[in-house]
Amino acid sequence: MTNALDAPDPHNAGISETRAERESYLRAGHTLRSWLLTTDHKRIAILYLISVTLFFFIGGAAAALIRADLVTPGGDLLTNEGYNRAFTIHGVIMVWFFLIPSIPTTFGNFLLPLMIGARDVAFPRLNLLSWYIFVIGGLITVYALIAGGVDTGWTFYTPLSSFFANGHVVLVAVAVFIAGFSSILTGLNFIVTVHKLRAPGMTWRHLPLFVWSHYATSLILVLATPVLAITLALIAAERLFGLGIFDPALGGDPLLFQHLFWFYSHPAVYIMVLPAMGVVSELVAASARKPVFGYAFVAGSSIAIAIIGFLVWGHHMFVAGQSMYASTVFSFLSLVVAVPSAIKVYNWTATLHKGRIALDPPFFFAASFIGLFVIGGLTGLALAMLAIDVHVHDTYFVVAHFHYIMVGGTVSAYFGALHYWWPKMIGRKYPLVWGRLSAAAIFFGFNLTFFPQFILGYLGMPRRYHVYDPPFQVLHVLSSAGASILAVAYLMPAFYLFYSLRYGDPAGRNPWGVTGLEWTVPSPPPKHNFMETPIVTELPYDYHVEREGEQ
Amino acid sequence: MTQGLLTWATEASEHASQVDLLLTGFSLLVFVLSAPVFVLMALFAIKYRRGKPADRTHPVNRNIWMEISWSIVPFLFIVGVFVWATVLYADLYRPPPDALEISVVAKQWMWKFEHPGGQREIDELHVPANEPVKLTMASQDVIHSLFIPALRLKQDVVPGRYTKMWFTANRPGTYHLACAEFCGTNHSLMGGRFVVLTRADYTRWLEQSDVDGSLADQGAVLFRSHGCSGCHGSSSTVHAPPLEGLYGSPVPLDDGRMVIADEGYIRDSILLPQQDIAAGYPHDMPTFRNVLDEGEVLKLVAYIKSLRKPRVLP
Ligand code: HEC
Ligand code: HEM
Ligand SMILES: [Cu+2]
Ligand SMILES: [Cu+2]
Repeated sequence: MTNALDAPDPHNAGISETRAERESYLRAGHTLRSWLLTTDHKRIAILYLISVTLFFFIGGAAAALIRADLVTPGGDLLTNEGYNRAFTIHGVIMVWFFLIPSIPTTFGNFLLPLMIGARDVAFPRLNLLSWYIFVIGGLITVYALIAGGVDTGWTFYTPLSSFFANGHVVLVAVAVFIAGFSSILTGLNFIVTVHKLRAPGMTWRHLPLFVWSHYATSLILVLATPVLAITLALIAAERLFGLGIFDPALGGDPLLFQHLFWFYSHPAVYIMVLPAMGVVSELVAASARKPVFGYAFVAGSSIAIAIIGFLVWGHHMFVAGQSMYASTVFSFLSLVVAVPSAIKVYNWTATLHKGRIALDPPFFFAASFIGLFVIGGLTGLALAMLAIDVHVHDTYFVVAHFHYIMVGGTVSAYFGALHYWWPKMIGRKYPLVWGRLSAAAIFFGFNLTFFPQFILGYLGMPRRYHVYDPPFQVLHVLSSAGASILAVAYLMPAFYLFYSLRYGDPAGRNPWGVTGLEWTVPSPPPKHNFMETPIVTELPYDYHVEREGEQ
Repeated sequence: MTQGLLTWATEASEHASQVDLLLTGFSLLVFVLSAPVFVLMALFAIKYRRGKPADRTHPVNRNIWMEISWSIVPFLFIVGVFVWATVLYADLYRPPPDALEISVVAKQWMWKFEHPGGQREIDELHVPANEPVKLTMASQDVIHSLFIPALRLKQDVVPGRYTKMWFTANRPGTYHLACAEFCGTNHSLMGGRFVVLTRADYTRWLEQSDVDGSLADQGAVLFRSHGCSGCHGSSSTVHAPPLEGLYGSPVPLDDGRMVIADEGYIRDSILLPQQDIAAGYPHDMPTFRNVLDEGEVLKLVAYIKSLRKPRVLP
């Protein structure tokens, strides 16, 4: 395959001369081979879109099983073992095969080069390789699931995972280990792309906030994922060769595992939410037709989150037997990490002030994100308060907290991004009414599902319980009812987006009438993005703002 | 049913009431901090929606101080609550010395409690009201977590070490106890009852339970049957440290460190004797790791704790 993309410096590789090069990326080859061997970041983004959406539905099916089982207090639908396997596979798939890759690998891949005026990412072939690695990891997980599953929880706590659990622990650890390399390569690719391939005039001050947040995310991906890989390798070593690392019976230390695991997994929660914040910054500015209020603060806060996020892992171990002083420090740092998040929220709200707000689907999804993220973040603060955490740790309160952020927040942003950039990706518009409707349905279903869980948790219902005390049933039934609505709401976009694929009106370059380099190219963009390398002179979100004294 | 939920919500200790108060205070604060976001977002969406005429002129200069105060002021309030929460938490690390000591062994999927007099119970814990109680907890297999919602307390029980929890329950009644850390197949069945009795009822309950002698007495039996006394007894010829008065006193180790002999130290001396060697003694203590289970070790610990200092006569 000879490909202009492999030229040493993609964005300077000359003007697209031929008609073939001007053609939309979707039309550049129709064979399966042309998709599976593509190095075009936009096509890879579509490959990822299809695969992570698939994983979202597999993880969702497991969630449906869990919620169905919890409708009654006894263990009627699943066996104890079966229930444990269901929530483990739900967690593993949702965290590593949906939430972590979701926004970066789809929208990040598609948009990063477009937003900075490049023809592709820095290493297009590596980009394709990441997708293959991801798919291999995913297939192994699915195989492990079919072969009987695992019952350790997505957290793999030792010594349960290393000696007592009898599922396919090693297989799933290997799968996650492999998928981790895909994360690392994507992160690396993005970092180099942002450093090296910005168009002339695209200084750091000119980067859209989406790019800033992906840059921060990539730093975490590259720095944290190796720790996860090592941890999983150590579990496998202990399980297979009886090496005493985490098991006290062999002279190991079980808390060491928790330290290593959360040293990765707390930053990982920011891998899941930072890209979503980037999306929301774009959506808010575009909806309000206003520059994002406090651009420098919003951009800087992404980097601050990436750094401070590495220093708070101990807040998952307040009752694990960690020293009181360690707990106090981790508690305090957890409050500090909330500050940059709070800055973002206040600045988004301020952006809306005196804007020209289009009440379209992107706005509704962005508003959902903000509302649910605020609730998730503030309950996170409650969890960081030591005396409160002692009570609610490992209860449904924690479950509600992280679902508010990861599902309420990140998944809303994912759908928001889909509704905002869909016309760009596909070149056609979808019916906006339906978009508004599904945003509303998702918001309502989500709150009905997860709000009752805060109450359950505070009352003392532990998480990962298959059988529970009958008085809790009302709250569980509410939650399961909400989950049914949520399931329908998540499926709705599939219909009208597919419909638009064929019957939607052509979108044109800039259907929303917004700023940003991605909107200056045709929809869908041509294979090499830009006919000519753009020269950037305007700041991002360069909308007109009326100043006092102006006429 | 609401009745059922109430037994979960009851505050059975002063600490529990404090935690609830803390949560209420925190919720109010959080409400005040976040309400503007919700209200303003809705308000702006209506007032400044596209196509609607409205005054959209901005002041010429942005107020940087306003931006900074948005972050600083809420943060200071939160730090206030942090101090409150940390003070409450620090209490949990300071059990009063006169607390009633109950030992706990967790294993897949049951809780075993043993009172100082040797009364044993499974999946149920009876304690007297208005007296401090201290639990010393060990796990036989994986990590468990003892969770008593009515006390707003939980503590992981980690294999390979002792963890502790203490409380003073103040409201007689029957509450729940549960395992909060996922521990395998029957995790959700690993629960039971937490019963707070008045002192008189507790004494009666103790008397009614079968006993094979107090915990320390049972430990003394083990101490002889496993040959500890052969080395540690006063008449022994082996050069092994005397255990009288060991508990709570500083022990110099042969690598120069000094440790306080608490329950965890005594446990490790029995199960992992090579880890900390008392200074001036040979490395002769055999390990009992594959011989004794955590329950037996707890008894030995109780026995060793009961060995007071040999009286020094004037
Ligand atoms: C073969 C002789 C021998 C036997 C049997 C033995 N010990 Fe020891 N023990 C020692 C020696 C020697 C030391 C000092 C070296 C060390 O710290 O390991 C010691 C140390 C200890 C210590 C730490 C004391 C200190 O001052 O630090 C404790 C506690 C203890 N043993 C308890 C026991 C118990 C309980 C048993 C029975 C289950 C037992 N030992 C059986 C020889 C023995
Ligand atoms: C705003 C700052 C945040 C704070 C202060 C915070 C605080 C906490 C604390 C203290 C816990 C531990 C609770 C416990 O187990 O007892 C926790 C759990 C968790 N949080 Fe957050 N959090 C924050 C943001 C986030 C974000 C952004 C995400 C995800 C995108 C997230 C995801 C999670 C997850 C997944 C868990 C539970 C993990 C598990 O045990 O399975 N949190 N959080
Ligand atoms: Cu965390
Ligand atoms: Cu358990």
